[in-house]
Amino acid sequence: MKRAARYIIFYAALFGLWTLLAELKIWPPYLFPTPWGVGEALYAGFQDHTYWIAIRVSMERVLIGYGISVVLGMILGLGVASNKFLEETMGGLLVSLQSLPSICWWPLALLWFGLNQNAILFVVVMGSLLSVTLAMEDGRKQMPKIFGQAGRNLGASGFKLFWYVLLPASLPFIVSGLKQGWAFAWRSLITAEMLYLSLGLGQVLMMGRDLNDMSAVIAVMILIIAIGYVVDGVVFKGMERSLQNKWGLTSAT
Amino acid sequence: MSSSAQKAPAEFPIPIETISPPRSGSPRSKVGPISVGRTVHADTPGVAKVGLSEICLSYRAQSGERLLALDRINLQVRAGEFVCIVGPSGCGKSTLLHLIAGLHQQTSGQILVDGKPVQGTGTDRILIFQEHGLFPWLTVGQNVEFGMKMKGVSRAEREEKTRYYLQLVHLGKFKGSYIHQLSGGMRQRVAIARALATEPDILLMDEPFAALDAQTRDLLHDELERIWTETGRTIIFVTHNVREAIRLGDRVVLLTFRPGRVKSEFPVELPRPRHLEDPAVARAAREILDELRDEINRSLEAEYNEGVKPHIKTSVEPGVQV
Repeated sequence: MKRAARYIIFYAALFGLWTLLAELKIWPPYLFPTPWGVGEALYAGFQDHTYWIAIRVSMERVLIGYGISVVLGMILGLGVASNKFLEETMGGLLVSLQSLPSICWWPLALLWFGLNQNAILFVVVMGSLLSVTLAMEDGRKQMPKIFGQAGRNLGASGFKLFWYVLLPASLPFIVSGLKQGWAFAWRSLITAEMLYLSLGLGQVLMMGRDLNDMSAVIAVMILIIAIGYVVDGVVFKGMERSLQNKWGLTSAT
Repeated sequence: MSSSAQKAPAEFPIPIETISPPRSGSPRSKVGPISVGRTVHADTPGVAKVGLSEICLSYRAQSGERLLALDRINLQVRAGEFVCIVGPSGCGKSTLLHLIAGLHQQTSGQILVDGKPVQGTGTDRILIFQEHGLFPWLTVGQNVEFGMKMKGVSRAEREEKTRYYLQLVHLGKFKGSYIHQLSGGMRQRVAIARALATEPDILLMDEPFAALDAQTRDLLHDELERIWTETGRTIIFVTHNVREAIRLGDRVVLLTFRPGRVKSEFPVELPRPRHLEDPAVARAAREILDELRDEINRSLEAEYNEGVKPHIKTSVEPGVQV
């Protein structure tokens, strides 16, 4: 209750400040819109289906791209964690690659895949793959050995051992990496979409700029933030909570 | 109760190179008199349930030299027998169980189960770990049915057997609980149920009760003995607690300290059920401890690490509990 009150006060103040600055008309309205201007833009965007389509397209892309990252990252991470040679060679490379902003892959993606969906997916995968890989590698190493032994002992091997034992056993150790991977995937996607006419949220954002419609720009920014926040709050928080309940941890990560 | 055991061969340390390579299809798989200690019952028919012949295990230490952990272990275990392996910490007794379970590979020698060489893990031999090794992401019931699920047992049968084995360890009401919600003793009982549900011929138990309080351990001794009687499994039980070994075992096998060798074997002929506090159990324990004295001192010496030989006269021995 107290926490809710604090939230309300904070956001009311923020909203008030915004309204005040907009109403003072220090800057022209097309550069600094009012909150209701943004609200109208949001309403209009959903009304003519532009935002619905943009959200659907962007979500589809991020899910495919992130999905590929998770599968590849887990395989890579497991490989690096269980093979001394790979660890010594590829481990360093992976860490150094992480300092490369994912959008740096864009020129390369354009030349390899052409100006299409695959180029965007490639950037999304490159943006999030490393986080997942490094998290999986770390998780596999932190995971107590006894789980793998017990699993083998009870007759699990190969894919079954991975799926039923190693993966769930390492989840508490990789959930924060998965979360980080998701954040990177989402950011990479929006960036890539802004660089190319592509129907997604990133493009709608750029369209607002092209039309000098600041209300629309801010409306889309709010959408991008909201989607990122909801996925984090619903999917990953839920996952963490379920891990805490099962494992009896006070904090899953 | 007499310790008519022979001493292990004295030429230690033996160079690694002289260890004989594993003999494939060894005629030793037929049970005869075992080479160290007493002979097993003469009427053992055919092939022993578990037969270890000349098991050696060496590993490369961080210093680069090769260390011998297990040295020519010979042991025959009859079907349905309850064998306890006792030794000071660091004698390789847990490692020996891991070898039988197929989790590790011996350097030389052969492990036969039902006359067939062990190759990797197998659900005919289930290991119960000291720290239970239950899966925290599964419920108690799901843990118990895990081995059956891996084997491809049908859902209905899994459910039935899970219920049966959980009742056997008196945990029927906890089917839906998660592992962290259980006490230490309950966890160990789930581990036993999980092992039994896979229906192994052989249970390998690695100090399963070491971390429990005395009352819980006593209860679990009773339960384990009852389950053993009811199910007729072969049990190889590793412990550093000599009294526990006598409480439970048909036979107690002593290992030496680093490298682990079979020092001697004691058949335990006390009537069951036995109790830890029985004078007869205490007397037998004393006898075995006398035999172990040197090994305990050597293990203490290694622990203190300075070559100062501690003077232990009688009762309290770290490394081995009375």
